[in-house]
Amino acid sequence: MTTDTLAPPANPTDTDRTTRPARPGGRRARSAALTAFTWLVALVFFMPVLWMVLSSFKQEADAASNPPKFFFTPTLDQYAAILNAGTGEYFLNSAIATVVSTLIVLVLAVPAAYAVSIRPVGKTQDVLFFFISTRMLPVVAVIVPIYVVAGRIGVLDNIGTLIFLYTAMNLPLAVWMMRSFFQEVPKEVLEAAQMDGASLMTTMRTILLPMVAPGVAATALLCVIFSWNEFFFALNLTAVNAATVPVMLVSTMTSEGLFLAQLSAASVLASLPVVIAGWIAQKQLVRGLSMGAIK
Amino acid sequence: MHITSPHSARPPEPRGRTPRARAGAALAAVATLGLAGCGSADASEEEIVVAIVANPQMQDAISLQEKFEEEHPDINVRFVSLPENEARAKITASVATGGGEFDVVMISNYETPSWAENGWIENLQPYIDQTEGYDDDDFISSIKSALSYEGDMHSVPFYGESSFLVYNKEMFEEAGITMPEQPSWTEIQDIAARLDDPANDVSGICLRGLAGWGEVMAPLTTVMNTYGGGWFDEDWNPTLTSPETTRAVTDYVNLVQEHGQAGPATSGYGDCITLYSQGQTAMWYDATAMVSTIEDPSSSNVAGQNGYVPAPTMETDAAGWLYTWSLAIPSTSEHKDAAWEFVSWMTDKDYIQLVGEEVGWERVPPGSRYSTYEIPEYAEVSEAYAEPTLTAMNNATQENTFTYPPPFEGIQFVAIPEFQDLGTRVGQQISAAIAGQVTVEEALEQSQAYAEDVAAVYQRQDGE
Amino acid sequence: MSTTVNTSTSATRSAAAAQHARKDVWLRRAPLLPALIFTIIATQIPFLITIWYSLRSWNLLNPDSDVFVGFRNYIGIFTDSTFRQVAMNSVLYTLGCVLLAMLLGIGLALLLDRKFIGQGVVRTMLITPFLIMPVVSAILWSISMFNPSYGLVNWIIGLVGISPIAWTSQFPFLSVLIALVWQWTPFMMLLVLAGLQSQPKDVLEAAQMDGASALHTFFYITIPHLRRYIELGVLLGAIYVVNTFDQIYLMTAGGPGTQSANLPYYIYQRAFLGFDIGQAAAMGVVVVIATIVIATVALRLIFKSFMSTEQ
Repeated sequence: MTTDTLAPPANPTDTDRTTRPARPGGRRARSAALTAFTWLVALVFFMPVLWMVLSSFKQEADAASNPPKFFFTPTLDQYAAILNAGTGEYFLNSAIATVVSTLIVLVLAVPAAYAVSIRPVGKTQDVLFFFISTRMLPVVAVIVPIYVVAGRIGVLDNIGTLIFLYTAMNLPLAVWMMRSFFQEVPKEVLEAAQMDGASLMTTMRTILLPMVAPGVAATALLCVIFSWNEFFFALNLTAVNAATVPVMLVSTMTSEGLFLAQLSAASVLASLPVVIAGWIAQKQLVRGLSMGAIK
Repeated sequence: MHITSPHSARPPEPRGRTPRARAGAALAAVATLGLAGCGSADASEEEIVVAIVANPQMQDAISLQEKFEEEHPDINVRFVSLPENEARAKITASVATGGGEFDVVMISNYETPSWAENGWIENLQPYIDQTEGYDDDDFISSIKSALSYEGDMHSVPFYGESSFLVYNKEMFEEAGITMPEQPSWTEIQDIAARLDDPANDVSGICLRGLAGWGEVMAPLTTVMNTYGGGWFDEDWNPTLTSPETTRAVTDYVNLVQEHGQAGPATSGYGDCITLYSQGQTAMWYDATAMVSTIEDPSSSNVAGQNGYVPAPTMETDAAGWLYTWSLAIPSTSEHKDAAWEFVSWMTDKDYIQLVGEEVGWERVPPGSRYSTYEIPEYAEVSEAYAEPTLTAMNNATQENTFTYPPPFEGIQFVAIPEFQDLGTRVGQQISAAIAGQVTVEEALEQSQAYAEDVAAVYQRQDGE
Repeated sequence: MSTTVNTSTSATRSAAAAQHARKDVWLRRAPLLPALIFTIIATQIPFLITIWYSLRSWNLLNPDSDVFVGFRNYIGIFTDSTFRQVAMNSVLYTLGCVLLAMLLGIGLALLLDRKFIGQGVVRTMLITPFLIMPVVSAILWSISMFNPSYGLVNWIIGLVGISPIAWTSQFPFLSVLIALVWQWTPFMMLLVLAGLQSQPKDVLEAAQMDGASALHTFFYITIPHLRRYIELGVLLGAIYVVNTFDQIYLMTAGGPGTQSANLPYYIYQRAFLGFDIGQAAAMGVVVVIATIVIATVALRLIFKSFMSTEQ
């Protein structure tokens, strides 16, 4: 149950531990000082993000001023400009690539993870090793063949190509994560179901999936984050029809002079979906990032 | 705490008050966002994808695309606009592998002849001949021949440029300095030192330092040429470590380090535009196409107060380069006729008129057509620079800018396929020297090694 | 999710029908096959083509140059001083980022591992850099923070009298490293925090009862307990950081020169700016081989970590 401590702060199990290093005398003062210090560090760390958000509400001249402007009349002009400039299609492309690839990943990874964890046959370790080793390989080593082959079969600048690649990119991760969730299912539950003569399909649907549902959610979250933020494939393999949000940002950077406020607004919009998803699902995030090793 | 310094990087000059400024802001937004919104999927519409370099004149074209679509309701144009290095990488990769993403690509006089030879781009001559009123004899002749292969044009110029030096007359008057009519680099170094004013965020000169053969290597190569150095001698021996080249590069690097803009190793054409038009640098040696931006009051604080002199020289009569951004149609395009409709629209005389009337006469793409210089409105706004531009373009020949007859085509580049790579790698070395990471000598020695590889390959291929 | 089940089950069924004798093995194996086959197609075939290209001399701009040259590209790599330099950069980025992020992450995790006002808010703020799109983080650092004329960092150091610095051109490696550490610290922090919060309380209490000092408890109980989490963070972090591309592409373009390039960026440059496909492919193959060697060692450790968590 130790995982619970990662959930939002007011967790009673924390209390006894926080009092641990306490000495009766200067305890309160020290605690307050430590709290203030923690806040300060967090604010310094968060400053770049905060600055980006502030800049996005400025006029261009205020955004690139020296010394920086901390007080200004906020404006929504930059957001309006971004939204009016037809960025919708980029967001749509990103959303399609992200959602569809994540769904395919789950469809492929859940049975695979089931196979390597619930009823493994030999060489499970080799298979797992193979999956994770593909995640370590530098994508740059295969970009040229992918580009040339995609060009030959006419799927450059095609959202399907991105979906295929994002699926390949996230599949190893998903298999590993799902495996760790399947391993938590008590063997007795499955054996009991089989004794009752339930088919594999029924067992999976009625017993297994509900038990690993949180795991599926955590896996999906990670896949969404990595696909949404992916830049390298999108940069090299798309032009207009399949261009995603990161590509839009890069072309925003390149106009005459700098449009820092507008760029900031575009950046905020681009980051928002994943940031919010990550904020909401902080607990799942930890498990996802460690590929299921940390529960 | 919230007072804007008078010398902030972007003075408070809000775009979006006058109609033209609003158009400017809109075009910027539109250009940057690649026009995702115009994809009304009408089945009868033909869609063409145009890959261009994100320079101001191209962005004007993007802002005017509605006019094109009004005239051609059946053609839907979508732009991919990227900075020079990225655009070049993407366009080259696409065209060379037959990727087929683009129907129109923006290339230059560097690519056109070899791509035409490889059969990667369409011969445009038949299209030109069939298009009524599209006067190809009106193209500036040096440009036209640079874009022709076996007598046929394979790409058509959108704008052409040479290089010259612009200076801020007010700053010169205040300091009591007179610009010589044909300055030498020695004189420029002296003037830059006197005008350098770091306390007020004003640098003596702005020079490109960003890695890339189309960035730092373009101006630097003209400097190398006029010092009597260069890339290769008459017999293809690399000369990047010759005394002349070393002197040229040392002077360039010292000048930009000591009296140049802040962050020189990462500034390119776009950065110098911003700095010069905000009055943060006294001189700038770069492409003649700069006038469209720095003489435009809506984007420049120094419009109308600029003087122009030819590219500084040392051992040669002239030192300017010759370059043109032109439009070509890849052979893989499935919409060649629609693509030509767009290409001819964007390079025709009428387009010049359109830009003049809609965006402003100072923003007209210069250096492509003789007729541009006969338009009264343009002559009026371009009084200060029309003559210097044409002169620079006319003088931009190998005879005028080299101390010896080079074995290759090109002034600020060496027109062999390997140069793009070589120029990029040498550009990285020079950029590192400008940043102070390595010495000029170290940079040139490594560059010489790269050039020797290329020369060997090239000579071998030549011998076959 | 029922579609998932149906797909795998029908695959299972047809496989089972075909293979009566080895029905059970196949029944167990079948659900694995779609994912395995997909991964093989998507990752191994392109790699085989890469190996093929690496044996050819193909400059994209020169169609006549596409001939078989054996291992000449590989010989070229080992004589290229830039390759060695960027390989070293790759190592330095990875080590530097992972170690610094881990140290900061441990510090932040320790600060967070106590109850205080706004704990949730602080944690949320701290994990945000990891969620921000890497492209955005690169833009943020190179323009908003490090811009020589109006970047926030120069303004801040200006307050203490340091004159402006052109960060991305004077200190390109450091600039990229700072952006990377900023992005990866939350990752390390989250893993370490999970480790801290999974410490068995009875052990800590027992230590306290025995009169152990806080420092003593930290070094002799907490750190050994965290070891597994730290190892995991270092290894996973390294897997991702070694492939960094976005920040380098956007902040410095590998420059000035190749001062701040890493292997992925350099290979990208050889392929998409140099168009030297043969050489780029050979570099890719070399990197893959090096990665496999390192990863084999690293994966052993990972496996140890993973397997031990399952006990």
